[in-house]
Amino acid sequence: MARNWEEFLVEKVLLLAAISSIIIILLIIGFVIQQGLPAMEQVGPLNFIFGMDWSPSYNIYGVFPMIVGSLGMMTLALIFAVPLSIFGAIFLAEVAPKTMRRILKPTIETLAGIPSVVYGFFGLIVLVPFMRIHFGGSGFSMLTASIILTVMVLPTILSISEDALRSIPLEYKEASLALGATHWQTIKNVIFPAALPGIVTGIILGMGRAIGETMAVIMVAGNTPIIPGSILEPARALTSNIALEMGYALGLHYNALFATGIVLLMMIIVLLVITNYINYKRKVTVGGGYL
Amino acid sequence: MENIIIEVKELNTYFDESHILKDVYLDIPRNAVTSLIGPSGCGKSTFLRTLNRMNDVIPTFKKEGTIFLDGKEIYDPDVDVVDLRKRVGMVFQKPNPFPKSIFENVAYGLRVHGNNDKNDLERRVEASLKEAALWDEVKDKLDDSAMGLSGGQQQRLCIARTIAVEPEVILMDEPCSALDPISTTKIEDLIHKLKNEFTIIIVTHNMQQATRVSKYTAFFLHGEIVEKGLTDKIFIEPEDKRTEDYITGRFG
Repeated sequence: MARNWEEFLVEKVLLLAAISSIIIILLIIGFVIQQGLPAMEQVGPLNFIFGMDWSPSYNIYGVFPMIVGSLGMMTLALIFAVPLSIFGAIFLAEVAPKTMRRILKPTIETLAGIPSVVYGFFGLIVLVPFMRIHFGGSGFSMLTASIILTVMVLPTILSISEDALRSIPLEYKEASLALGATHWQTIKNVIFPAALPGIVTGIILGMGRAIGETMAVIMVAGNTPIIPGSILEPARALTSNIALEMGYALGLHYNALFATGIVLLMMIIVLLVITNYINYKRKVTVGGGYL
Repeated sequence: MENIIIEVKELNTYFDESHILKDVYLDIPRNAVTSLIGPSGCGKSTFLRTLNRMNDVIPTFKKEGTIFLDGKEIYDPDVDVVDLRKRVGMVFQKPNPFPKSIFENVAYGLRVHGNNDKNDLERRVEASLKEAALWDEVKDKLDDSAMGLSGGQQQRLCIARTIAVEPEVILMDEPCSALDPISTTKIEDLIHKLKNEFTIIIVTHNMQQATRVSKYTAFFLHGEIVEKGLTDKIFIEPEDKRTEDYITGRFG
């Protein structure tokens, strides 16, 4: 009898732990929507999302420049980080000698643990002057932010891709080599395609990190709420918009920042749905369920 | 003596300090089936994987002695391991098709060797699947994943994949140990059919299988070849007491 109680209790505790995270997320989303919706209604959702002008002093709220800023920085960062991390992961998983791997992998994973303000500070002191000297302008730009973001998402994508590559059964590799394929052909045609779902998961997580990053971006992006004319001009991300103005915002302005949060949430959801859909679609089309 | 395709002389192999194969001499006759038997850990698989240099990927592997394929030492520096593996194919213990379609599995070896002609690929894939006695079962679903096939079908697919690149020698590492009796029979029938065209070397734990499929047998024990010769001779009147003990099931 006592044993049954124990079972029951353990099950319930586990259930509680599992649903608590969901409840917390729902509470946060609910709160953001509740606080942001009034601003959306007052400004008009379309005006808010596609408005080109963000001037709180004149009660004009349009976040489109920030949407462009966020997406631009994320895209640029992924363009740099994805090839770099995939090639790095292939090197670590397939080419690097054991001892080298044992040193490199933890080192790269440590990069993921460095607080973002440290990256931002590094960017501010080292990268911004570098960009100013070599590319002109103020040095604060979308490109500068993307480079910092690249370094920040690299360990995430690389580490997960490497795990995915290493989890491919040795049998596939042996089968390919035994047919006379070279090591590179084996990587390209067998190991990489089989690991692709895991690699895509890594890219999705990296993408989430890039679009959600606030501190480091604020410190190097310049933060002007205007659509940048080129990647060398300053830009503002949605996250930066909230963090920069939360301290002094009142009334409609305050609600508009929460509405910015709604837009950010929606964007992340859309991106997740798209990437998951691509991954799912690909799995189905390449022959019966697998790969 | 018959036409010899592979000639192994004074072969010794090591992983780190452990001495796996000791002074192995063995001649493999062309277009016949040779069985390698012996208890687990006796070095049969290591021997097999030395013949297509699959052990090369293990950094601690070391080999002494000579292995001639058609008179050419296969470990010579000027031998391209890719060409060698094209000539000496391998079928593994566990069926290991790629997570690709049935067609792509068979076409894979041809593709990596530079054949991308669609018509030619289709023709060769069909021929290989027919030769592996799998065509009738899969001809309507060539684009389905190979992972959906049964274990026995997967193993025949692996054989089709191997013969598609037209090797001279096929190494089989306990190809039936993961299969049910009916699938095993099919593979054995297939081996009978293939022996006219290919030289087959098969590692097996199954004594009956060795007597059923092979003309020649070599008995390995603790890394040495205890006895070798015609299968009938070894199983009916073995010369060595240890061979007799093993084939009558007294150990191993």
